[in-house]
Amino acid sequence: MKIYLNGVETTVDHTKLEAVLIQLGYQEVTIATAINGDFVPLSLRKNTQINEGDKLEVLAPMQGG
Amino acid sequence: MLEVYGEKFTNRLLLGSAQYPSPAILSESIKQSQSQIVTVSLRRESGGDLAGQAFWQIIQDLKLKVLPNTAGCYTVKEAVTTAHMAREVFNTDWIKLEVIGEEDTLQPNVFELVEAAKVLVEDGFKVFPYTTDDLIVADKLLQTGCEVLMPWGAPIGSGRGLNNPYALKTMRSHFPDTPLIVDAGIGVPSHAAQAMEMGFDAVLLNTAVAGAGDPVAMAKAFNLAIEAGLLAYEADPIDARDMAEPSTPMMGKAFLS
Repeated sequence: MKIYLNGVETTVDHTKLEAVLIQLGYQEVTIATAINGDFVPLSLRKNTQINEGDKLEVLAPMQGG
Repeated sequence: MLEVYGEKFTNRLLLGSAQYPSPAILSESIKQSQSQIVTVSLRRESGGDLAGQAFWQIIQDLKLKVLPNTAGCYTVKEAVTTAHMAREVFNTDWIKLEVIGEEDTLQPNVFELVEAAKVLVEDGFKVFPYTTDDLIVADKLLQTGCEVLMPWGAPIGSGRGLNNPYALKTMRSHFPDTPLIVDAGIGVPSHAAQAMEMGFDAVLLNTAVAGAGDPVAMAKAFNLAIEAGLLAYEADPIDARDMAEPSTPMMGKAFLS
């Protein structure tokens, strides 16, 4: 299935957000997620469905002013 | 003592964490500034390099209060979603709310800002709105439940200092009991001192330190300037005059002509 990870077309094998994140290398890291512009909290990642063409944003701490 | 949302701080410099030449200089600059509040942000993370994790460790090691921002957001929706993501990542309900209106000046879109503040306050956030020096907007922000205001000194990163001292002075007078933090546009320590001499509660800056030739020394200079400005304000400065007035007493002066 193809989705857009941080704006880049990416192929994933899973349909649940938590499994997708593990596949993409986000294990035991401090991140926040949004699908199609809506925040998906950590507590909901396990059961949140990812669909073909979804836009997944994965954000992490970064320098800021 | 700076008091915002029930928390007290002895230092009145809020420092940004962006644009430093290296992580070591970032860390040392923050230490030398003696800042107790550091601003941070959120950006896309690659599962390959996980660059954000190392930065987050540096900030955590400093054991300071973290103030996440919504930099780069142009709409209520973007800002609110970013704030929710920041709350989860940084484990804080503090949010520096930026809703930008246009690219040349990065001026806040105050209409979207007020709306976003209203949503976030209702969602339990402690909102630090980056705003202009407009009194009506300030009042609207307070009505939403914001307990602090952050008017701009000048456009972000411009280093121009206080573009409109009259408006800022008016704002200080109009909201005597609201914590007011001058945010953005500061270039040199004298700009920060000027804000403090006007009675502002604190100053938030980033580029002026991070972009200096020696960020560590500049961080120290800003801390000293802000402390000096605060002391001066508390010492009740004299009013400026148009004409000279002799400081040396004339009484007893000899006639020598």
